[in-house]
Amino acid sequence: MSKVRFATVWLDGCSGCHMSFLDMDERLIELAELVDVVYSPLVDPKQFPDSVDVTLVEGAVSSDEDLEKIRHIREHTQYLIALGDCSVTGNVPSMRNPFKVDEVMNRAYIENATVQPQIPNVSVPTLLPRVRPVHTVVKVDVYVPGCPPSADTIYYVLTTLLRGEVPDLSSRTRFGV
Amino acid sequence: MKQPSSHIKTLQIDGQDVGANQDETILEVARENGIYIPTLCEIEGLSPHGGCRLCLVEVKGVNKLLPACVTHVQEGMEVFTNSPRLQEYRRTILELIFSEGNHICAVCVVNGRCDLQALATKLGMTHVSVPYLYPRRSVDASHDRFALDRNRCILCTRCVRVCDEIEGAHTWDVSGRGVQAHVVTDLNTPWGDSDTCTSCGKCVNVCPTGALFEKGKAVAEMSKKRGFLPYLTQMREKRSK
Repeated sequence: MSKVRFATVWLDGCSGCHMSFLDMDERLIELAELVDVVYSPLVDPKQFPDSVDVTLVEGAVSSDEDLEKIRHIREHTQYLIALGDCSVTGNVPSMRNPFKVDEVMNRAYIENATVQPQIPNVSVPTLLPRVRPVHTVVKVDVYVPGCPPSADTIYYVLTTLLRGEVPDLSSRTRFGV
Repeated sequence: MKQPSSHIKTLQIDGQDVGANQDETILEVARENGIYIPTLCEIEGLSPHGGCRLCLVEVKGVNKLLPACVTHVQEGMEVFTNSPRLQEYRRTILELIFSEGNHICAVCVVNGRCDLQALATKLGMTHVSVPYLYPRRSVDASHDRFALDRNRCILCTRCVRVCDEIEGAHTWDVSGRGVQAHVVTDLNTPWGDSDTCTSCGKCVNVCPTGALFEKGKAVAEMSKKRGFLPYLTQMREKRSK
């Protein structure tokens, strides 16, 4: 049987979910027997491949770049998993949402700047008016809340899916855990 | 056959025959019989509010759903507490509550000890499918020992009721209507300037979320101490007898 084509992506999050993924420790070796990691911040390829079976998405959709990425990924992924609170709810990145982008940028880069106050506009993505949970932009197949979801939770989700079953997360993780 | 005394009612909850006093609510009878109905604004020891709508139940022959916390029992009632329709509505109610405020569990002072968060887990809310409102709400940190973060307030009015009914101070009230509704102290003046607040902390401890909290507590450090409420209620009942 050919290996499952597996990817992970890091949008607007702190990378904590990816750290939690790595916390699976020796179980990663077991997973490596079953999946090919075809795209991830943890491996080399820079282009998201054309056909991927399972993609874990860490982070909320906050910039035009995130939006473009997640739409492309959705188109080329069979099973999309929202991993962690930022991806599922917007979480900490969404705390800017009650404010306008201009207000947020001014606060961060002008009002509180001690050296060279200026708003970055070269080679950085433009922020969207509001940070959005992934499911408000593209269809999500499985929601895995947690900040971050534990390594045990991620392992459970992946192994359950690899067996062709639907994971039941009700007793395993929650928002904010 | 001898008729049962008129103040005792018999009814069915989820197919189970139960007996109740006529002045009891569906929620009280369900609890006495070990039948779980989710609640959020309700707290034992305070008057019922009927605001959160999580305790909605179906009653045979009644077209609309009824809140169990404020609906009194009737002879022959057939109550259903956990149909798939109710489960779905309750999840939607939770989603509406989450979407209406700014609830960020990961950075909340009561993370892991929050009634709203616990219900979301228990009732299987996987995500919020209704649009988030991201309202701009204010924080009042003018009190010496406590603070109010309206971003986390769900308008259950537990603070209003405990302050009025138990402490007797009536510092808290709800101001505004609809999505503009918010809790205020003393005719909307800063909490720290309040003439009526006794700083007893009862409001902080009955608050189901992190909206009211003790200063100096960081993420997930605050736990609410609610033992006083049934104790005070019991002692007062004894005294009034």
